[in-house]
Amino acid sequence: MAISIVLVWRSTRVINFAAGGLALASSFVGASILEKTGSFWIALPLAMVAGAVFSAFIEYFFLRPLLKRSGDKGSEIFLPIIATLGLLGIIKAILSYVYGDEIGYLPPPLSDKGFIVSGESIALSPMRLLILGIVLLLMISLTLIFQRTNLGLSLRASSFAPEISRLAGIRVDLIRTAGWAIAGAAGATAGILQTTNGSGSVSPDSFEFILLLVFGFVAAVIGGIESLVGAVIGGLTLGLILAIILMYVGGSLVFIAAFVILIVVLLVRPQGIIGAKGGRRA
Amino acid sequence: MLKIENLTVDHGAIRALHAVSFDVAQGQLAAVIGANGAGKTTLLRTLSGLNKATEGHAHWGDHNILHSKPEKLVRQGISHVSEGKSVIPELTVSENLELGSLWRRNRKESAQTKNEVIDLFPRLGERLSQRADTLSGGERQMLAIGRSIMSKPKLLLLDEPSLGLAPLVIEQIFQTIRDLTTAMGLTVILVEQNAMGALKIADIGIVLNLGSIAATGSAAALKDDPAVRAAYLGF
Repeated sequence: MAISIVLVWRSTRVINFAAGGLALASSFVGASILEKTGSFWIALPLAMVAGAVFSAFIEYFFLRPLLKRSGDKGSEIFLPIIATLGLLGIIKAILSYVYGDEIGYLPPPLSDKGFIVSGESIALSPMRLLILGIVLLLMISLTLIFQRTNLGLSLRASSFAPEISRLAGIRVDLIRTAGWAIAGAAGATAGILQTTNGSGSVSPDSFEFILLLVFGFVAAVIGGIESLVGAVIGGLTLGLILAIILMYVGGSLVFIAAFVILIVVLLVRPQGIIGAKGGRRA
Repeated sequence: MLKIENLTVDHGAIRALHAVSFDVAQGQLAAVIGANGAGKTTLLRTLSGLNKATEGHAHWGDHNILHSKPEKLVRQGISHVSEGKSVIPELTVSENLELGSLWRRNRKESAQTKNEVIDLFPRLGERLSQRADTLSGGERQMLAIGRSIMSKPKLLLLDEPSLGLAPLVIEQIFQTIRDLTTAMGLTVILVEQNAMGALKIADIGIVLNLGSIAATGSAAALKDDPAVRAAYLGF
């Protein structure tokens, strides 16, 4: 989820709070496909495609016209934030309407029982290993896309300096939609992995997805919102700290702890763990 | 040939350009001079599609270039180097250059043009993997012009390339612009505060005052025109 938020930020300079809703919707798609085909390996890529389409749709039909109309610079920063928050509510409402109390099931494709090491079961299970593998694969391939391909260069240029990019012949509008689509696919992956590893089911008012969104956002900021590697490191760091707190202090503090970490990081190292030194210069 | 007729541009209630008409022949370097707020930048931004025209026409060859998007106009050979060293500081020198030719979708040709640009500006060649924000002002201006050349333009729109540069560097940049125009057969519109420097290298000059044309003519004639000298050249 952190990856998805970082992706949208990097390609359009928008903090996308609708990411949680998009992930939820894609997970529902994944659950339906899993129900029909019985294969997790078909459901995951198709859910990613669905996530990409949903995300591109939102960008094209909501955010693009919104930003076109709000010409003045002052509202440009927080208008999309409010808009994506609103969209989060709308997506959840639509899902509730369509699915009602129905629950989509996404059981883990691999065993979530821990490996047995010298007679004891450890926390690392085949399922967890799979998640780690998929996240690493996602991070590496996305980093390569951003740093090494023409699409990546266009995405970075369009986000840093849309006007110069247009003058250089880049179709900035198209590139933004592409950025959102990639982010939507990453968000769908997050949603599916979270569900299979967690409760194994999704419902329209799943609290799990609000957590996913909040923790994803915190992880993105901790890691440095400019960096994909930072997003993953932020996610791992956050997960580790929260797990320790959960084990030694208690579950009730986890939510508060996440925000405390967020505030501490913002105070001490606002650019995040991997963030580039120095801000933008003209 | 660039043909501008009766071009009028409004920024909200303010009229930035009022019925401006002039022609620039193929291969000519036209200097547009005038004080702050004369409408020079607006003129370029309208020609490259960033600003909307209220009235009038502008044709580049057979293309009507008003009401077109900048990314389309680039594909018709119009390249605009905007004011203030228009490079992207977060990208490397190499990436800034490549950006200019991405739309051509031809890696081989792009690489070839890149080599030509590096031959033109050897300083950029030494700094290819550096971020653009590590460059000096003059190098950034070279990079901005280099990126523009990457798109193989026919019509080059330059907005104040001398802004904020040291006198020696300004002279170099002006000389480069003159050489490029001749060597590549470009048509150039050069917008400048530095009227003397611009008129020295230009073929024709256009003097803007408060959004209207105050004088046009050959650059040499404008340079010697007593009225123009008094108002814009300061002596």
